Amino acid sequence: MKVDTQQGFADGTATAVAGSNEFPVKMDGKNVNVFYGDKQAIFDVNLEIRERQVTALIGPSGCGKSTYLRCLNRMNDTIESCRVTGLITMDGEDIYDPSIDVVELRARVGMVFQKPNPFPKSIFENVSYGPRIHGLARSKADLEALVEQSLRGAGLWDEVKDRLQEPGTGLSGGQQQRLCIARAIAVSPEVILMDEPCSALDPIATAIVEELIDELRQNYTIAIVTHSMQQAARVSQRTAMFHLGELVEVDDTETMFTNPSEKRTQDYITGRFG
Amino acid sequence: MSQHTVTAFEEDMSFLAHKIAEMGGHAERMMEQSVRALVENDLQLARRVVTDDLVLDEALRLIDDKSVLVIAQRQPVASDLREVFAAIRISTDLERIGDLAKNIAKRVEAINEGKHGVRLVRGIEHLCELTLAQLKEVLDAYGTLSTDKLSMIRDRDDEIDAMYTSLFRELLTYMMEDPRNITTCTHLLFCAKNIERIGDHATNIAEAVYYMVEGDRMPPYRPKDDKSHKISVEAGEGQ
Repeated sequence: MKVDTQQGFADGTATAVAGSNEFPVKMDGKNVNVFYGDKQAIFDVNLEIRERQVTALIGPSGCGKSTYLRCLNRMNDTIESCRVTGLITMDGEDIYDPSIDVVELRARVGMVFQKPNPFPKSIFENVSYGPRIHGLARSKADLEALVEQSLRGAGLWDEVKDRLQEPGTGLSGGQQQRLCIARAIAVSPEVILMDEPCSALDPIATAIVEELIDELRQNYTIAIVTHSMQQAARVSQRTAMFHLGELVEVDDTETMFTNPSEKRTQDYITGRFG
Repeated sequence: MSQHTVTAFEEDMSFLAHKIAEMGGHAERMMEQSVRALVENDLQLARRVVTDDLVLDEALRLIDDKSVLVIAQRQPVASDLREVFAAIRISTDLERIGDLAKNIAKRVEAINEGKHGVRLVRGIEHLCELTLAQLKEVLDAYGTLSTDKLSMIRDRDDEIDAMYTSLFRELLTYMMEDPRNITTCTHLLFCAKNIERIGDHATNIAEAVYYMVEGDRMPPYRPKDDKSHKISVEAGEGQ
């Protein structure tokens, strides 16, 4: 192979991967503060979530990463004492603006939780519920096609196609989590938020979900909270490090895990914290 | 830097650092002794250097095993990852330095038979001093995690290359002066080449240390100055 010392290999394998800076910003937080009653949980966070990228939010327990994630689809609205200040936008539009329909927002910004939480209904119902209430399917055939497409998107179709009427709760943990992902993508969201989606799964189920996340990235913008450093390193392109409610730093994942700028990040990811 | 929460991880990392420091000291000593054995015709010392090489081989094995284990068990990242990576690279370089010193020591006997004069080995001695200083400095940099001098050290490798080239010419001249010098001078030429190679390994170590500490490559590449491959005997030269 021809090697040019200045340019790397002729086929470009040795040249740097294009920086993720090129991806447009999908969701943007400016000076975000979150309070639970008198207690402040998040301090002046400025964080961009870029389109068709996986952004990982890491940090020790109680650092505010899940709280921040939940601000992005206004899940925190359900907690009475919770107050959010600052500006969070999606495609430049303030998602906390009074004119915003929260239900519609949550259809655009879907969420997958730590513990798989299928509805106590059939597999089919689990996936079709969202499209039905949002009026996304005009006919039964439409709905069936949408369910299949979503289950395929979540890599679950082949495993459940013959038992769509069986309860979703009868699936294994990993399958349930993929069912929840199928449910989330059934309403064609633009952003998917994942709050420790693999922490209740075994390594194989985790690998399947991680593979799925990588595929979903082609069409969706993803933000994921994870306690597994390796998972953040594996699945994300950008990593944001939180500590005590502050955003310590955000950078390309590659840089964060080989040469982070901040000492707190360094100490946390290498297992030196407190 | 503060300690790892997991004590065993901390111990693994300091094991690696200690072993590298040990290997470094050992490699330095082997190199210094091999050239001293050569200069002073000390066969006993030469033999000791040859057996001493086993220590480096064993240390390399230990570092390899520990590094693999650390990667498997701890999945090191950031500075830890760079430290493990550097340990693997530096130990390989140090082991090679040991091999090269051993090779010099092995030649002592053959050179001794030729009963060389002092002037023949003076150049080698000087080349060794310069290279040894390089090696010492990069190992110090590893120990103190300081990178200020590293690029200077690396660039100084050019001096070693230049000196090697002139030594090459010198030995060639002796060979042409008197064919009875050929055996000794050929061995000395290999010794000189070995030392020059040790200098290259010191440069590799400098680069590994720089990456370990800074998380980045050392700034630009330097020109190579070993021109011995271009030297040829022209008709009439040296007569």
